[in-house]
Amino acid sequence: MRTTGWISQHLAAVRAVLVFTVLLGLGYPLALTGVAQLPGLRDKADGSVVEVDGRPVGSSLIGQSFTDADGNPVAKYFQSRPSASGYDPGATAASNLGPESIEDTLGDPALDPDSAAGDGSRQALLTQVCARSKAVGELEGVSGARPYCTPDGVGAVLRVFYSDGLSGRVTRAVSVNQACPATPFTATYEGVRVECGRFGEDYGKGVLVPVRGDAPETSPVPADAVTASGSSLDPHISVEYARLQARRVAAARSLPVEQVDALIDEHTTGRVLGFIGEPGVNVLELNLALDRR
Amino acid sequence: MTTATAGVLFILSLLAALAVAYRYLGDHMFRVVAAEHHGRVERGIYRVLGVDPHAEQSWGGYARSVLAFSLISILFLYAFLRLQDVVFKVPDFAATIDERVFPHLAWNTAVSFVTNTNWQAYSGESTMTHLVQMAGLAVQNFVSAAVGIAVAVALVRGFARRRTDRLGNFWVDLTRITLRILLPIAVVGAVLLIAGGVVQSLGDGTAVTTLTGAEQHLTGGPVAGQEVIKELGTNGGGFYNVNSAHPFENPTAWTNWLEIFLILCIPFALPRVFGRMVGDNRQGYAILAVMATIAIASIALTNVFELGGAGTVPQAAGAAMEGKDVRFGLSDSATFAAATTLTSTGAVNSFHDSYTALGGMMPIVNMMLGEVAPGGVGSGLYGMLILAVLTVFVAGLMVGRTPEYVGKKIGAREIKFASLYFLITPTLVLIGVAAAMATGNWRTQLNVGPHGFSEVVYAFTSAANNNGSAFAGITVNTPWWDTATGLAMLLGRFLPIVFVLGLAGSLAGQSPVPASAGTLPTHKPLFIGMVVGVVVILVALTFLPALALGPLAEGL
Repeated sequence: MRTTGWISQHLAAVRAVLVFTVLLGLGYPLALTGVAQLPGLRDKADGSVVEVDGRPVGSSLIGQSFTDADGNPVAKYFQSRPSASGYDPGATAASNLGPESIEDTLGDPALDPDSAAGDGSRQALLTQVCARSKAVGELEGVSGARPYCTPDGVGAVLRVFYSDGLSGRVTRAVSVNQACPATPFTATYEGVRVECGRFGEDYGKGVLVPVRGDAPETSPVPADAVTASGSSLDPHISVEYARLQARRVAAARSLPVEQVDALIDEHTTGRVLGFIGEPGVNVLELNLALDRR
Repeated sequence: MTTATAGVLFILSLLAALAVAYRYLGDHMFRVVAAEHHGRVERGIYRVLGVDPHAEQSWGGYARSVLAFSLISILFLYAFLRLQDVVFKVPDFAATIDERVFPHLAWNTAVSFVTNTNWQAYSGESTMTHLVQMAGLAVQNFVSAAVGIAVAVALVRGFARRRTDRLGNFWVDLTRITLRILLPIAVVGAVLLIAGGVVQSLGDGTAVTTLTGAEQHLTGGPVAGQEVIKELGTNGGGFYNVNSAHPFENPTAWTNWLEIFLILCIPFALPRVFGRMVGDNRQGYAILAVMATIAIASIALTNVFELGGAGTVPQAAGAAMEGKDVRFGLSDSATFAAATTLTSTGAVNSFHDSYTALGGMMPIVNMMLGEVAPGGVGSGLYGMLILAVLTVFVAGLMVGRTPEYVGKKIGAREIKFASLYFLITPTLVLIGVAAAMATGNWRTQLNVGPHGFSEVVYAFTSAANNNGSAFAGITVNTPWWDTATGLAMLLGRFLPIVFVLGLAGSLAGQSPVPASAGTLPTHKPLFIGMVVGVVVILVALTFLPALALGPLAEGL
């Protein structure tokens, strides 16, 4: 009796799994796909594909890179945000680097950084932010200086060694993200000469000290321009980042800046109902509008 | 309007909608689980299953059915994952199944979806075919949610019934909850999501040449149908690696609102079912008040920390925008993060690993609270009722009276079940973290220092509480991690369920005691405050050391 009860229990379970698989795993999604063929839904269900002259060029929901084959920004196009996947929908990813990811792993000078295997270097999030800010600043002709960044675009971070471990007087200071022979961003720290970072040396005993520097609180390069998105496919940039790029795009296209600004306004989506989400500019749609002009 | 003002209005509008859901969705769910009538389709299903819908089960029978159904589900899903390339291999991955879905990953994923965790050690778009996503993973999104609600309902029957050993019929509860609650909402929600831009197709998508001449392959897939139940059933397993941050899963600011609403609506409406079944709506309101108090505090704190943007990198960048998309911004991302971890969802629209130190601590704390405010579908209600039982016990100790809750005495047997329930997840979390640290498996972390430790703590907290979100920098698709988190998910789901059903059986057998002058009223603010206090104190005592070494060390 007990055995039969046990078996019938599992028989019911097997049947239940099969029934629900047919019902919810086939019936439900297939019916939904059918509904999605209705006019008005179909384009969206297929990925909101945007076409130019009958040729698909992207999706209005998915960001893309506006860079040339070498990865350099194409001046006549507004640039998207940094992306951890390089805008590849087949490998979406976020950086997952934390708020105190500030110490780089320096590359082996004996290896070629451009080879397939690389030189083993790894940038901390802080250096990524600093490097992007410097690059955007140079592209747009503004200062890319930021707090905690060196003028050469890496994180301004020291490993400070004390005479008694964590306290006492400073015995040594190393700018860990500036590989030798770079000149450290500051010559001395509490009277001790600051060294550049050397590959392979263990600085683990030193205390990590990010140095804020004297950059202003807000940079002309907005936050979304120096941080990677969560989706790695962010179709939007902030209105501030679009405004920053307007002058360069206008110059590259020999258009008056006012016209480009007007197009930005046209392609800015505000908050839904005035309070849901954040305003943003759809980069692909804006660039398409420029191309049509 | 500033981001902060808009964020506050966003939260208030959600609360208003949830208040409506409490009343109407709650009443609907009550009618479903209390109904006498069986629909035609339902009778057909019972016939195929070979079960008598009128035969109610004891707590042991109910538990055996839950376990049998879940065991078969795991075996079926494991086989499906390993054999997914046999039919309808779209998209046509270059990597073979043995290169993509290792046995340890298939085990982990099968357990993960059956336990309503949806921890994902894989990246959907490069691992799973459309067929296994919709007929394997998404099916479990429905039924694992229904199992949770069924167990909660069985516990409430234990409170509501008198002198019986019958708690209902699992197969009937499972079928009804799936067909009458989850499926209708899912269909409506899915159509809304498609209208917002979520994809729903069976094809492989579209290859395009971008404006600058690069190739980009836009993915296709039956996403909308899975997306909606992923939120509604507090599952969280995304079609894509980046989950609800992906524009094809969560395309606009308003779909983001809708997805948060879907996550919260059933867990917040279930106390209404409790109130109605025990015949006193005030008891439902009291449970709701406890949940809402904790939830609002948590959502507010997460927003404050993220908008504050403390920490070296957020200060350098000017805002904590790493891992967040522009259309959601700081505030709506933070609200999503709180909602997904206050429940057992684990979907993410932004990456918690890149949050500020304290902003990233909030999801961990939410999960450590036991996911009871409002918690996963069903599991939130039964978790909170366990805490209410513990609270009347503590209160009873203070005044020296036998504790009672909604007319049932809380004796030695009941308090044993409740205590065992409470001890499971802390045990799993702390042992798991200790094992990872002792065996060197923590080295798969991405970040270093306290943040790296937080990744390990987050992983086991998420697995043992069946959440599924992560500080995703850590690599967890290794034999050790897949096995260990799989065990944590399995034990963290089914041991509590057995204890809850045991408690239900023990309560159902009692005759109710009439309220007397010595009875602690369990619908008054005093009691609500006490439950909140018990929740916070129990968690603080258990987990403060772990938090001190991780996010607190990083953020303070």
